[in-house]
Amino acid sequence: MIDKNQIHYPARNLWSGFLFGVGFVAFFDETVFHQLLHWHHFYDKSTTNAGLVSDGFFHAFSWFATVGGLFLFADLRRRNALWLKRWFGGLLLGAGLFQLYDGIIQHKLMRLHQIRYVENVLLYDLIWNISAVLLITIGAFIVIRTRKGDSYEH
Amino acid sequence: MSIDHQTHSVAGDASSLLLTAPFWFGLILYIWAAVRFSHLHKVWPIYRSVLWTAGIACALIAVAGPLAEKAHTDFTAHMAGHLLLGMLAPLLMVVAAPITLLLRTIPVRQARLLTRLLKSRPTRFLTDPVTASILNVGGLWILYTTSLYTLMHESQLFHFLIHVHVFLAGYLFTASIMYIDPVSHRRSFLYRTIVLVFTLAGHGILSKYLYVHPPAGVPAVQAEAGSMLMYYGGDAIDLVLIVVFCFQWYKAARPRTALA
Repeated sequence: MIDKNQIHYPARNLWSGFLFGVGFVAFFDETVFHQLLHWHHFYDKSTTNAGLVSDGFFHAFSWFATVGGLFLFADLRRRNALWLKRWFGGLLLGAGLFQLYDGIIQHKLMRLHQIRYVENVLLYDLIWNISAVLLITIGAFIVIRTRKGDSYEH
Repeated sequence: MSIDHQTHSVAGDASSLLLTAPFWFGLILYIWAAVRFSHLHKVWPIYRSVLWTAGIACALIAVAGPLAEKAHTDFTAHMAGHLLLGMLAPLLMVVAAPITLLLRTIPVRQARLLTRLLKSRPTRFLTDPVTASILNVGGLWILYTTSLYTLMHESQLFHFLIHVHVFLAGYLFTASIMYIDPVSHRRSFLYRTIVLVFTLAGHGILSKYLYVHPPAGVPAVQAEAGSMLMYYGGDAIDLVLIVVFCFQWYKAARPRTALA
C-alpha cells in the first residue's frame, strides 16, 4: 500500500536514490578498484585534459551526491514519505548511468585510465559496460513502474 | 646549494614569525571574549572555544615549526601545511562562530559599526561564494602553475603574502558556504551547492594536474606524493564541510505541518 505522503514526493524519492546511486558507485570505484585492487591508476599518461576536467567534476559531484542523497533520504523519512521501491529504482538508475559514463566516455574516449592494465582489457570493458546497461534497464523499469505518484502531484 | 638552502630558511623564518603573531592574537582575543561573554550572558559553548583553539593550532603548525621548516624543501610537507592552513584551520575556526561571539561581547556602538561593515557592498561582494571560490582555488592555480611558487621560497614578502592569502581565502570560502555566523546577504542552498561542487572540482583537477606538471623545482616523486595528499586530504576535509552544509539544509527544510 502506498502511503499518502509518498505520493506527494515522487521526485524527491527518485532524486535521493539517484544521487546516492551515483555517489555509491563512485565510492565503490575509488575504494575497490583504486585502493584495494590497484587496477585503476590515479593518473594515466594518456589521460586527456578533457578527461582530467570530466573526472574532477564527476568526482566532486559524486562526493557531494553521496552525502546529499542521504540527507534527502533522512528528509523523506521524517516526512513519512519514503518510497523505498522508487528510491531503489533511482539508485540503480544513477549507479548504472554513472558506470556507463565512466566506462565509455571516461575510460575509452577520454582515456582517463583503463579498468585494468592487462592484455585482454576488452573483456573487462564488456563486463563493466554490460553490467552498467543492466543496472540502467532495471532501474528505469522500476522508476517507470512507480511513476503513478506523478498524477497526484499538485 | 647549502648557501642557497640557508637563505631560503632565513626568508622563511622572518615570515614565519610575522605569520604566527595574528594567530596568537586571535587565540587570546577569542578566549578573552568567551570569558567576557560568559560573564555577560550565559556560558559560551566550550566546544566552540575548543574548535577555535584547534583551528589556531592547525594554522600555527602550518606557518612555524618543523613542518613549516620542511615545507621549504619538501613539496609533500608544503601540501600538508596548505591543507592545514587553507582548509582545516578555516573549517574549525568558522564553526567556532567568532563574529557572533565578538558582536555580543563588544560595546553596542562598536557592534553596530561592525554590523554595518558586514552589510556593506564590498563585504557582500567578497563573501559571495563565487568570489570566495575564485580567490581560493583560482589563487592556488596561479600559485602552482606560475613562477609564483619559486618566488614564494625566495622572497620573504611573497612568502608572507601568499600564506596570508591561503588562510584568508580558505576562511572566506568556508564561511561563504556554511552559515554559522550571521550573514546579511544569504544565498540559496542550490546556489551554494553548485559553487561548492565547482570548487571541489577545481581543487581535484589541480591536484591531478600537479601530479604530472610539478611546480618549478619540485622533483617528480615529491609532486606525485604531494598531489595525492592534496587530492585525498582535500576530499576528507571537504566531506566535513559537505556534511555540515547538508545538515544546515536538513534543519532549514524541516516540515512545518503543525498548522495543516
